[in-house]
Amino acid sequence: MPKIKPEDLAKIQERMAGTMNLREGEARAKITVHMGTCGIAAGARKIMSDLMASLDERQEKDIILTASGCAGLCSREPMMTVELEGQSPVKYVDLDETKAGRIFEDHVLSGNVVEEYALAVGSERRG
Amino acid sequence: MTGNEGETPVKSYRMHLMLCSGTGCVSNKAFRIKEVLERELASHDLQDEIAIVSTGCNGFCAQGPVMVVQPDEIFYQLLTEKDIPQLVEEHFLKGRPVERLMFTPPGKEKPIPVMSDIGFFGKQRLIALRNRGLIDPERIDEYIGRGGYKALAKVLSSMNPDEVIEQVTKSGLRGRGGAGFPTGRKWSSRRKMAGDVKYLICNADEGDPGAFMDRSIIEADPHSVIEGMAIGAHAIGASRGYVYVRMEYPLAIKRMETAIKQARELGLLGKDIFGLGLDFDIEIFRGAGAFVCGETTALVASIEGQPPEPRQRPPRTALWGKPTVINNVETWATVPEILSRGADWFAGIGTETSKGTKVFSLVGKVRNTGLVEVPMGITLREIIFDIGGGIPGDKEFKAVQTGGPSGGFLPASLLDLPVDYERLDEAGAMMGSGGMVVVDEDACMVNLARYFIEFSCDESCGKCTSCREGSEAMLAILNRICEGHGREGDMELLEELGQAIKDASLCGLGQSLPNPVLSTLRYFREEYRAHIEDKSCPAGVCKALFRYEIDPEACSACGLCKKQCPCDAIEGEKDVAHTIDMSKCTTCGACYDACNFDAVRKVPNNVAEMAARA
Repeated sequence: MPKIKPEDLAKIQERMAGTMNLREGEARAKITVHMGTCGIAAGARKIMSDLMASLDERQEKDIILTASGCAGLCSREPMMTVELEGQSPVKYVDLDETKAGRIFEDHVLSGNVVEEYALAVGSERRG
Repeated sequence: MTGNEGETPVKSYRMHLMLCSGTGCVSNKAFRIKEVLERELASHDLQDEIAIVSTGCNGFCAQGPVMVVQPDEIFYQLLTEKDIPQLVEEHFLKGRPVERLMFTPPGKEKPIPVMSDIGFFGKQRLIALRNRGLIDPERIDEYIGRGGYKALAKVLSSMNPDEVIEQVTKSGLRGRGGAGFPTGRKWSSRRKMAGDVKYLICNADEGDPGAFMDRSIIEADPHSVIEGMAIGAHAIGASRGYVYVRMEYPLAIKRMETAIKQARELGLLGKDIFGLGLDFDIEIFRGAGAFVCGETTALVASIEGQPPEPRQRPPRTALWGKPTVINNVETWATVPEILSRGADWFAGIGTETSKGTKVFSLVGKVRNTGLVEVPMGITLREIIFDIGGGIPGDKEFKAVQTGGPSGGFLPASLLDLPVDYERLDEAGAMMGSGGMVVVDEDACMVNLARYFIEFSCDESCGKCTSCREGSEAMLAILNRICEGHGREGDMELLEELGQAIKDASLCGLGQSLPNPVLSTLRYFREEYRAHIEDKSCPAGVCKALFRYEIDPEACSACGLCKKQCPCDAIEGEKDVAHTIDMSKCTTCGACYDACNFDAVRKVPNNVAEMAARA
């Protein structure tokens, strides 16, 4: 085991950033895959596992990938919501792995909303 | 896999299940829950998407086993094996949090899903416990991931020992173990002492009944203690440190062992730490669990292999005659935060004389028992009612004991007292190491004082006559008061004895052991008077002072009490009101607890009869 120098702390911290961001709930982007029964039946799990693989592959630390329940629009599943820090959430519908992959590249990584797959910008009002 | 490998990429997950694995939750089967979680996650093929993280104590021990689901901070409580399949399928697979496993405040209908919205957590401020529930204490990379060891690196690369001591002094940090001695001053005096070898000791000999601050900090975040000690080593020039922890804390010992091993592997303990020239290593010393070993001179004697007896100071406490700094677990765990965030930041929290935060183990008759960290100056009311959720079962608050078994009891009239070292001392209680025991209206203060004197009497090492014999004498008086043989003048005698024990005893144990008696005499004198003069126990606790009777009007002759009575002391047939045969009754109270009609009553014993017996 190599002994570490002060500057190695930052490297370890960087390596652990994804883990810690998830626990602290803070990241520059949050992707929510809707995983109700409807979503799962329409293929949401494959989308989820592909997104996880992309995150791992790129060692992206500052993105939270999470799941939530049915969004109430079962006929348009699989769905996912992308929320970049300081921006309104965007809901995407009728997805498959390819579309989800493109949203990941264009919207999550590059900040360009993929309008052709988007249902709406913003979320329902609560309460 | 130690998690230390420099270059291995960290696998990402979409969800972290932060499962509390402190001793409290473990004794409520947290490890078993982990097994079931693993099995259920695997059955849905979720093991690569969702990670289970065993954390240290979450703090909300009353609701254990608890688990916090990140990133959404959903708090689940009172988990059982049976809940897990539903939880995994509903929440972890389908994203629908399970309401029935969430915390619902008493008297409310809607559960509170998010942990930080729960009152218990909302008023806390975490410094010593900064990583609680956020890291796996057995992985050094997670501690580093939260900024750990940065303060040590900063100190070693850019601050000389005097600058470190100056920061600690300026921060106003005082010892969290009991006496509240200014940490900076302690360090400074040891730094100035000549010596080729100097020692540091972390005092984790937590012996107070109902206290678990030290244990929880070590279980949840052992590296914070190690980092604090390494900073201290640089400041005073120590080369060796000991963590003195009692054998009864196996999980704390295990996690500290793991942490020390990992720190050594990364060169954060041992020779030439960080390549910056500090040589410092830590060893664990397992104590045998004598209460007196929490006293520093006795602790040092214990490490040296001597009988653990305190001795006169000065000369200062010195392990093997060498300059030695002893600080409590919480003090050490706080040090890195002071060095990384600055003395002014820390000094900005708290009161004039007591800076920063303090960890308390909140126990007794309070809804939310657990481990809390609060800014100094917070009131007892806020701790007990806002964080602690008040007294369960519609009972009235009666008193709170702060500072462990030799702390004083404070009454309801002092609930708005701000918590700091001086204010507690003035009120006849003390900060101590942070035990906080709440009692409700059902408690007899005389009997409680008796209980704690019995504890101190057992734990007195016997060296000083005042403590050894004085505690015995106090106990004898309290016993006779509780048994209805109290005499006129007993209260004054207790006060005189108490003062003498305080004045004449060598160490903190003797000097503080009369506190429970003196404080109850001060605030609950009427109750002593009732015991002594009227031979009555207003709270109905002292068995010699009351008897049980069955009210024939209220009795429905259901036979429940008769069935419960272990002594066959209850007579009565169907449809005939029952009676208690006093010659058989042992006043155990089983009938009182069993009766659904409030027909069993506590009746004061006949005073004349008692006097005749005396």
